[in-house]
Amino acid sequence: MFLVFLILAALTILGTAAAMGLRKPIHCILALTVGLVGLAMLYLLLGAQFVGFTQILVYVGAVAILAVFAIMMTQGGKMNIEPHPEKPSSSTLLAGGAVAGAVFAVIAWAILSNSPSGTTTPAQPSVTVVEIGQALMHKYVLPLEIMALLLTAALIGAVILAMPKEQEKS
Amino acid sequence: MTPETIDQIFVITKHWLLGYVPAALQPIVSAILSVVPILLAFPLLFAITTVLERKGLGRIQNRYGPNRVGPLGILQPMADGIKSLTKEDVVPRAADQIVHFLAPILIVIAAFLAYAVLPIGRNMVVVNLNAGLLYFFAIGSMVELAVFMAGWSSHSKYSLLGAMRAVAQMISYEVPLVLASIVVIMAAGSLSTVAIVEAQTGYTYTFPHWFVFTPWGFAGFILFMIAATAESNRSPFDLPEGESEIIAGYYIEYSGFKFALFFLGEYLGMFATSALAITLFLGGWSAPFSWLTWIPSYLWFFAKLLVLIGIFIWIRGTLPRLRMDQLMGMAWKFMLPMTLLNLITAGVWHFMPGGILRWIVCTAMVVVPCILLSRSMKQGKTLQVRTYRYAE
Repeated sequence: MFLVFLILAALTILGTAAAMGLRKPIHCILALTVGLVGLAMLYLLLGAQFVGFTQILVYVGAVAILAVFAIMMTQGGKMNIEPHPEKPSSSTLLAGGAVAGAVFAVIAWAILSNSPSGTTTPAQPSVTVVEIGQALMHKYVLPLEIMALLLTAALIGAVILAMPKEQEKS
Repeated sequence: MTPETIDQIFVITKHWLLGYVPAALQPIVSAILSVVPILLAFPLLFAITTVLERKGLGRIQNRYGPNRVGPLGILQPMADGIKSLTKEDVVPRAADQIVHFLAPILIVIAAFLAYAVLPIGRNMVVVNLNAGLLYFFAIGSMVELAVFMAGWSSHSKYSLLGAMRAVAQMISYEVPLVLASIVVIMAAGSLSTVAIVEAQTGYTYTFPHWFVFTPWGFAGFILFMIAATAESNRSPFDLPEGESEIIAGYYIEYSGFKFALFFLGEYLGMFATSALAITLFLGGWSAPFSWLTWIPSYLWFFAKLLVLIGIFIWIRGTLPRLRMDQLMGMAWKFMLPMTLLNLITAGVWHFMPGGILRWIVCTAMVVVPCILLSRSMKQGKTLQVRTYRYAE
């Protein structure tokens, strides 16, 4: 099980690192998709089937397609990318490295100080889809309705943006 | 050989073979033994379907289909396979080589992954996931990304246009597809495909409890089949790959075996959504009448699958192609409201006491909006008797 975790973690890290390092933006989005699929598999490894499959359905099925469309419609969709104009200066690299190191240190300190023990894992409650549904309908019904309102507002906004404008009378 | 033994012959064979394997290797060998029959059976079904389709379409269009290669042309897939393997693999020089190579592979992988949750017979499912239906739709959404990859990486105007149209069509029709299957989830109470099939296995007076024999199930089945036709880009929704308009759409720059892989992926996707329709609405592997249960469950599954494939071929040969705006209009203005009303109908069916009143109310709740919505889609035009003018 630990070996599976290592492989999936390596896949996720490589995917997201490639998303930052590749040259063409479409390649970056496809590498990010690999990273998101690796994340979904980590959810499945933890036993959260609903969240894992919804991650694939929403991120790979909708967000990645949205991102490729957005990149394709703008300048990033060009096939011939000219090589990098100039390398970043050493002070930029130093500042970026310092910020990244500080964030990593904070996260590592938070994780290491909160884990109860290194080897034994606590018994995980198995959450089925039925329980998620019941929680959404009883305890979390207000956030659900507010999210539905937000999505409806987004849908109406998209329709208004895409509607053809009224022709001016000449 | 009792009927139960013949019904479970594959499960018994697998357990017998697993007995010869040491205990440490058993999970891996069990997984391989479950997956290999799917890798053998469904490409074989694909080969049979290509012949059936070409001969069926030929007969509908008043001509013979392929009839040279074997007796009645049934060995035509072998000729097609040899042709596609030996053709030169032409890749445009300006194309994106890696993405161009990966797109057909991703389509075939996604198409094969979808079969993991479909119950082919009693106790014959590759993996019984708790959220099996959600897994199926998640895998289906990977196909859209692969289609876009194919279209963009070919660096050709026709392929990009076809890919955009195909992706727009697929994401539009994914919404009615998922909503039409939510009715079944409501009725069965579970996302697991095995539980959905088992909710349909009873018989009352030799009639089965399939969901298609209820008003909401029938409407859901028809909506699901229309959305499935659009999801696999089959005629009458095949504008993205329209042969007379943009030649082959998003796989115009693929030749040889990669083209065959796209074909395989598209047909496998069609089989997977048909098999899901059978699982959700037509009772999966259960027999239509209680006195026919001695026929093995996997034979019933494949018989129903062949009937649905025949219906797909029939519709392809009969109906003309839909234009892009008509297609999208139908998805958002007709099918989405119908699926939502279907949901309400299923809820009403569940809460009303059984009897003739519930049938009348639910049938009215399904038929009346269908008629009203179709009238609004006509946009005021009247349909007249079709007249033809032939050249004299």
